[in-house]
Amino acid sequence: MMQIPCPFCGPRNESEFSFGGPVKPPRPDPLTVSDEDWTAWLTQVPNPLGPVQEQWWHVRGCGTWLSIWRDTRTHEIVEAPDDGR
Amino acid sequence: MTAGNRLATGGRIDRSRPLNFTFNGKPYTGFQGDTLASALLANGVRLTARSFKYHRPRGIVGAGVEEPATLVELMGADASGNRPATTVPLTEGLAAKAVNCWPSLEFDVGAVNQLASRFIPAGFYYKTFKWPNWHLYERPIRKAAGLAAAPSEPPATGHYETRYGHCDVLIAGAGPAGLMAALTAARAGLRVMIADEGCEAGGSLLSRRLTIGGADAMNWVAQAVAELAALPNVTHLQNATVWGYREHNYLMVTERAPANPSLLERTWRMRAGHVITATGAIERGLVFGNNDRPGVMLASAVQTYVNRYGVTPGKRAVIFTNNTSAYAVAANLAAAGVEVRAIVDSRDSVPDDARAMVPGIEIMAGKLVTEAQGARQLRGVAVAAKTGGSARIISCDLLAMSGGWNPTVHLWSQSRSTLRYDEPLATFLPDTPAQAVSAAGAANGALTLQDALRSGAEAAAQITGAQSPEIPDAPDLLYDIEPLWRVETTKGRAFLDLQNDVTVDDIHLALREGYSNVEHVKRYTTGGMGFDQGKTGNINIIGTVALAQGLAMEQVGTTTFRAPYTPVSFGAIGGLREETVALPYRHTPITDWNLAQGAFMYEAGARWRRPGYFPRAGEGLQEATNRECRAVRFGVGVYDGSPLGTFELKGRDVGRFLDYLYSNVMSSLKPGHGRYGLMLSDDGLIMDDGVCFRLDEHRWIISTSTGHADAINGYMEEMLQTRFPGWNVFITTVTSQWNNATICGPKAREVMAALGTDIDLSPESFPFMSYRDGTVAGLPARVVRVSFTGELSFEVNVAPRHMRDLWAKVMEAGQPFGILPVGSEASHVLRVEKGFLSLGHEVDGTVDAYDLGMGWAMSKKKPDYLGKRAVQIRREGAAPRRELVGVIPEPDRQIPEGAPLTPGGRKERTEGFVTACVWSVVHEKWVGLALLEDGHARHGETAHVRLKGGEVIPVRVTAPCHYDPDGEKLRS
Repeated sequence: MMQIPCPFCGPRNESEFSFGGPVKPPRPDPLTVSDEDWTAWLTQVPNPLGPVQEQWWHVRGCGTWLSIWRDTRTHEIVEAPDDGR
Repeated sequence: MTAGNRLATGGRIDRSRPLNFTFNGKPYTGFQGDTLASALLANGVRLTARSFKYHRPRGIVGAGVEEPATLVELMGADASGNRPATTVPLTEGLAAKAVNCWPSLEFDVGAVNQLASRFIPAGFYYKTFKWPNWHLYERPIRKAAGLAAAPSEPPATGHYETRYGHCDVLIAGAGPAGLMAALTAARAGLRVMIADEGCEAGGSLLSRRLTIGGADAMNWVAQAVAELAALPNVTHLQNATVWGYREHNYLMVTERAPANPSLLERTWRMRAGHVITATGAIERGLVFGNNDRPGVMLASAVQTYVNRYGVTPGKRAVIFTNNTSAYAVAANLAAAGVEVRAIVDSRDSVPDDARAMVPGIEIMAGKLVTEAQGARQLRGVAVAAKTGGSARIISCDLLAMSGGWNPTVHLWSQSRSTLRYDEPLATFLPDTPAQAVSAAGAANGALTLQDALRSGAEAAAQITGAQSPEIPDAPDLLYDIEPLWRVETTKGRAFLDLQNDVTVDDIHLALREGYSNVEHVKRYTTGGMGFDQGKTGNINIIGTVALAQGLAMEQVGTTTFRAPYTPVSFGAIGGLREETVALPYRHTPITDWNLAQGAFMYEAGARWRRPGYFPRAGEGLQEATNRECRAVRFGVGVYDGSPLGTFELKGRDVGRFLDYLYSNVMSSLKPGHGRYGLMLSDDGLIMDDGVCFRLDEHRWIISTSTGHADAINGYMEEMLQTRFPGWNVFITTVTSQWNNATICGPKAREVMAALGTDIDLSPESFPFMSYRDGTVAGLPARVVRVSFTGELSFEVNVAPRHMRDLWAKVMEAGQPFGILPVGSEASHVLRVEKGFLSLGHEVDGTVDAYDLGMGWAMSKKKPDYLGKRAVQIRREGAAPRRELVGVIPEPDRQIPEGAPLTPGGRKERTEGFVTACVWSVVHEKWVGLALLEDGHARHGETAHVRLKGGEVIPVRVTAPCHYDPDGEKLRS
């Protein structure tokens, strides 16, 4: 079980969190984006071998949505959320 | 009192406390401090098991968790299966039996498999039992290979527990290195947990006769344990195995005999700042013909039985070794009065200090044991030169073998830390750590006592940053080894994995058949896949593969070490989470009332317990449901709508937030009014439906379906926190802050009036889709005019503390009108009659609002909202859409939910399916809903349901709404 750093609660067990998936690029403007680009944004989720930015919801804690950089090979959290946001 | 294999003195058993036990029904006696294995050996029981596949006679081989041969089933209060006899502490009245033999251990019918062994090589299951399918053979084979069954009942008393724990340093193993590490870390003030799988601290020192600081090494152990016990920052567990090492230094530790007598076992889920694996080393066996005969044992196990338990496992012993550690075993055996007939050493030269330990014992250097003789018991061994030639037979009843030592790297490897092959030690050693972990002692290749002590101290000193303490003098024989992976000039079957009956021939067969990767060899032969996970044999398998392929050990590599290190009971993993505690139900305050009414309760989404229906005497589901439906359609009914997800949203930006979440416009609502809406995900799927009411300028309340409340909550928070962090919106879950009784039916207004309220109930001043705050039956209430049944409805919301009171008053006021409580079954019928959709029935991942005839909910005015673009793109495609229709079976009969519709009822690709079919109390016949290709254009046509088996039911296609299509009733 991973230990995820919450900017408000400190390091907490993964079981307190709900996985929110990898962070996607910002949502394109649906009024101007092409069908192809829109479909790609909707369906293509980053899945690298190595560090990936992903979101977690501290649902059984303070309720914050946070993002971390996690190495998919080792589970190492290479970048924790910014406490000052 | 016991047979003659027990020494008169010595060992760590209490001869004043005899214990009675039975094995295979025969009574025996042992002592406090014995294991089942040591007690059996003390009683002269040599034949203790039959092997898994060939049913060969087997005895006790090891002395601890490495035991590959003797598994037992415990009976009575301790019932459990497949326990190595070496890890079962002896207790008064213990009853054990051998597994895997029928009708008895001495006469085992399955032993005929030995004669057929030519026909059951590795992989024979895969090759033979294919036709017509494996399951035809599975039962008899599992019986023949029968390990012990799982106990039929959980233990009658006591329970399991899991708890979380934190420490600065977790030390696995309380041998010399572990204790030294614990002392060093604890003295520096770190929070230390030290856990050891044995009943007593000391590790290898319990079995060996060594000194530390000039005194018996066990004195040093006792002092160390006492010092640790006095320190408040130390948790010391014995009989507790660290069996799992996960990411972020999360480890599983199971205590098998916690101090609390009501606990059977306790699992600690530990988060450790640093881990020290001081897990010791396990001796390898040697591989020669019939090396599985009862009487062939690991040298270290023989040493343990002699020194720790005061048991001599034989009268005349031969030692077979490729390293120096077995010389101490020979010396200990000789001191215990056992005749050591020879030491067969595969090395050509034996170090002088080793020779000096065994004066008077014949050393046969450069020789090999090529075969063990005897059937049910060892009678002698054949010894020959490495180069071959004639063998000399030495009669003996005990062969102590040592193939060298494998550092116990299981935990280290589970942490994903790497291994390297070490030539001088001829084994794999810890290399690069992947987490905050270090290895110490024999587990790190420090195979002599003083090295082990120093290694433990240094590992801890590195964490504390302090100087490594001084190490007491602890003389030990230098370790020297020359690898011998197998005896190549052997006769008879040479076993690598005793537990799974894997021989050298099996490995060679696997290699011939192309399974050259060590992971494939393992799976094809099942070598190393038993309960012992190949603790004594795996490295020999790797060596055998290396020899056959002409590769270096490092090139072959190890198989992956996985948790658990030793078997763990399911109870210890689950802890207190039994039955409903594992996933608790949610209840409303009316649950007791429902139960008192005899309601049939079940789960209706998100673990809510709801009444399905309220049967009266003699009624089944259908009769009760019909009665409840009639009450709502022709009189009045009431249901508890509390579980519906409810959220209050506050802030300046709620309007535009809801416009973004819902497909229709919400921001135009006037305070006091509400609207039904759909929530789509950005890929255009319908996520949820519900109603949204505006309380005032900046306060709103929305409802979601019961099952989706938690997910929608997370989704809304995600949107706010990640996509619109600047928006002023606050979400509060109020599902459990509002409870409601929903009074519905033509007589609902009369019941409301009878309850007494200060709210004007006339449809002119209190129209459909609006709400009023006021009092109902003297209770502060919010009354909402929504309808999920299609009838005039008043949803009376009160605080949970008033819910029972309200409910009782509703039942009382409604009695003159014949009010009935309504369960989920009737609610389902009523919504199907109205053509109201239900997520999971009419809505799946393919359906959009247009298909449901709800295109009006897809705002044209709003330039953007979640799902708009995706639905647009999907509707531009040419594929036919499945659209929601009503269906009326002709002839009148029920259709199972989910039944497919096919063109003309032919056996062709389906063109839709029936989503629901209910008995309509209004029409007095079966009506249903379906998703049908181009359904909207096919009203009035006949479609065809095709059931499994080919039966065809024609259905008339209609509009989805079977009742009051203009909504006059619900607006009344």
